[in-house]
Amino acid sequence: MTSHRASPEPDNSAPEGTGRRQFLGYLLAAPTLVVATRLIGDVVDPPKAAAAGLPPTPALADVYDLSDALTDATRPTANLITVEVREDGTIHHASPVSENGQGITTALAMVIAEEMSVPLQRVKVTLADARPELLFNQLTGGSNNLHAKSEPLRIAAAIAREQMMTTAAKQWGVSRNDLTVRDGVIRHPDGRSADYGSLATAAAALTTTAVATPPLKPRSEYTIIGTKQDRIDALEMVTGRKTYAGDLKIPGALPTMVHRGPDIGATIKSVENRDEVAMMPGVTDVGVITNGVAVRAQTFGQCIDAVRALKVKWHPGPLANESDDTVLKKLKDATIPMPPAPPGAKVLEFDFVNYFNSNTPLETGFAVADVRSDSAEIWYASKIPIIALQEIAQRLGLPQNAVTFHVVPGGGSFGRRLFHDPAMDAAEASQLFGKPVRLMWHRSDDFRHGRAHPMAVSRVRATYLGDQVLSYMQHHTSVKTDFGHGLGEIITGTLSKQELGNLSVAEGIYQLTTKTFYNFGLTESLLNEIPLPFWTSSMRNVYSPNVRCAQELMVDQLANAMGKDPLEFRLAYGKSEYHPVLRKAAELGEWGRKLPDGVAQGIAIADEYKHRICTLVEIDCRPETVNREVTPAPEEGYVTGPRVTKVTVVVEPAHVYDPNGFEAQLQGGTNDGIAIALTFSNHIKDGLPLEGSWDQGYYTRQWNTPREMTIHFLPNTYDERRTPGGAGELAVAPAMAAVACAYAHATGTMPTEFPINHNNELPFHPFPTQPPMPQSHTDGLDHAY
Amino acid sequence: MPEYSFKLNGEQVTVNVPGNVRLLWVLRDILGVTGPKYGCGLGVCQACTSHINGKAVNICSVPVEQLKPNDEVVTIEGLPATVGKDLHPMQEAWLKHDVAQCGYCQPGQIMAAVAHVNKARKGPGREIDDDDMDNIRNICRCGTYQRIRAAIKDGAENMPRGSRPNP
Repeated sequence: MTSHRASPEPDNSAPEGTGRRQFLGYLLAAPTLVVATRLIGDVVDPPKAAAAGLPPTPALADVYDLSDALTDATRPTANLITVEVREDGTIHHASPVSENGQGITTALAMVIAEEMSVPLQRVKVTLADARPELLFNQLTGGSNNLHAKSEPLRIAAAIAREQMMTTAAKQWGVSRNDLTVRDGVIRHPDGRSADYGSLATAAAALTTTAVATPPLKPRSEYTIIGTKQDRIDALEMVTGRKTYAGDLKIPGALPTMVHRGPDIGATIKSVENRDEVAMMPGVTDVGVITNGVAVRAQTFGQCIDAVRALKVKWHPGPLANESDDTVLKKLKDATIPMPPAPPGAKVLEFDFVNYFNSNTPLETGFAVADVRSDSAEIWYASKIPIIALQEIAQRLGLPQNAVTFHVVPGGGSFGRRLFHDPAMDAAEASQLFGKPVRLMWHRSDDFRHGRAHPMAVSRVRATYLGDQVLSYMQHHTSVKTDFGHGLGEIITGTLSKQELGNLSVAEGIYQLTTKTFYNFGLTESLLNEIPLPFWTSSMRNVYSPNVRCAQELMVDQLANAMGKDPLEFRLAYGKSEYHPVLRKAAELGEWGRKLPDGVAQGIAIADEYKHRICTLVEIDCRPETVNREVTPAPEEGYVTGPRVTKVTVVVEPAHVYDPNGFEAQLQGGTNDGIAIALTFSNHIKDGLPLEGSWDQGYYTRQWNTPREMTIHFLPNTYDERRTPGGAGELAVAPAMAAVACAYAHATGTMPTEFPINHNNELPFHPFPTQPPMPQSHTDGLDHAY
Repeated sequence: MPEYSFKLNGEQVTVNVPGNVRLLWVLRDILGVTGPKYGCGLGVCQACTSHINGKAVNICSVPVEQLKPNDEVVTIEGLPATVGKDLHPMQEAWLKHDVAQCGYCQPGQIMAAVAHVNKARKGPGREIDDDDMDNIRNICRCGTYQRIRAAIKDGAENMPRGSRPNP
């Protein structure tokens, strides 16, 4: 087995991207040049340098984190990562990871463009169909995509470039070493030149051949990676031409929706008026599938009418007696007791409650399915298409190779598209009706029957004596996070390979993502889960935002108890590697500046995905701000509440490939952190979230987003692994924690429930559970502006 | 089946559909115009924002029977033509600030932005400011709000005054 502790020092001598890993590439037999790479051999990564100061109990994540686990899991099977050069000079790569807005296709295109020295616009990255042979490599999650995928892709691009160069050299009868390439054009000093496209056929291999890895472009010569580039799909997006699943024009695939139950997991007892509904205008089919009653019609408007007209009787599901308070009691009862405090020590102990947060990407669950008697074709923005394909094939009773699963771009995911239930709904409905369907989840379906970040209670205890913190313990108890999408097996498989004990999937991920930040002596962080079958998921992170938020609030409590300023305390007790981000954020965010009563700052740090980050926020909790109105006032409820007015984010990155995309992810992640700290949650009543629209589930809106947000990068000094880290989830935890700390400073009251408005009087009238979705309004023209 | 006619992106169109079907579905499911997106069907998320006679409207909340033959519906697909260019200045600004992440809400955001700029200009000598932008209701679940604001200010600078058709 491989070892992560084989080398005592970071291997700084290895050339860029090689040395620790051996690669083998292939020229594939094809009409034009196609290069494939796979990874072989062992991986030896160095441990991080020992922490300075009073050492805390080392956490697993300090030496080996989730990014490492996911990357190592993908290494042995990273086969068939291909790069193809076409006669028109374009370079093509079918990405096994999906694009849901995180910018991964742009970052991968940058890797190819850099290594091949072609303009970024000539690189076309599409999304690969489900390919079962790729196993773990076809998974999009854990912010590890670039981390895991860039190296084999870079090798493939380098082989393609070298094949082009040697082909030109042969044709011209010159030495390859006399040739240079720029902007996709190979040149000889004598003036001859050739575009990649003109050599694509000549460079093609007649038979598939193994080739050695050529030298890679040194980082000092980079002109694309690390520079500001625009997204490759930007024009499509601003013109409305980008095609999501619901925009596909598959012949005969008529609109289809599902009538769902009054509580999560309810099952159908009977459908009272199926024939009547089948006669409604535009309706072509009505029938029962696993998740409810499917209706197919000429338009989605007619589907909504039909779904609302259906009279269905239900057997209650397993959660019908669960509400916020019953779940909270179960979580508190299940919290692992704290051991006795050291004699004489002062004790601080708090429970922090985090309510459910919905994933709800803006594009709801859209999927297209065309199921025939002996084959099926599915279109869905899946992040784990292999699992989706396998489960759908099984449900349809078709062999796997009879099912084609197309991965399409998604309109956001935030963990939602790790699950393929919309594709399953579509496949079942298409099979039942014997016709193609274009299936859509209503927004209320998405809030109520979609996925949510699980509710959790974090019990935190710190003990101290004088100015010495003696212990820090955090016992986090969560409704079970569903890792049943395949990610789980990857993590546990990797963990056992890494000999890290017999941790459960959730414990494994928890331990891989929970680092120690402060020198607090005896440090312990434990996870316990209760097996309530809510439909849960990660949501722009699994545990970190809740865990970090609780810890940073406790840090402020300790600082207060010792009479220290929060920043001063963090610099005194925080591990030294976090000092640069803390100091820079404090400088740029003007820590300690004079603010009116009711306005205050908060600061928090995090460290994930190979990057260190510090977020400093200012929040305005004055009554005139808290009670401000939005004009014109929305018809339904909405919340304003405390406003985060200014945010400063400082990142010490591992290695930034795409700074523009990275900045965008930090901005978005910060808005998520603000949402889960202040406004955004699900209220569970009788086994179902009450929320059904965006004027009920309060994700951050323009009136709640900070007008000032500064993102600052420190130099890449944290790059011992030399691979880029993820960005999509990084900013959420420190933003949530900093907002909570700022709120405590501004109001003099430490919040212990998140979002802080969750237990206010419910500011909206919930939609009924039957019919299961509200009718569209008819007064749009009255609100024209 | 009743017949309804209106102007869509400069062309007269006629559809046979029950009158209560909302314009969003008439465009997407019958006419195949998919720039306006579904995000809630309740006039809340505003991803379907399009222009009717120069004003922003959530077309998920407009039964097609409310349209008259002379009503001019403009979707994101028809926005550039309103200024006679390949791209509207607001789309150019969106590209300059590389606003979109997943992109799903962005057609609606751009259509709303143009209308909000025009609305702010109803005040004499006024241009859109941060207070105006606090009232934009379009959801972006990716959280691109900071770049949206920067792009709107930029796009407004390049939007000719009086470019808006008379209601």
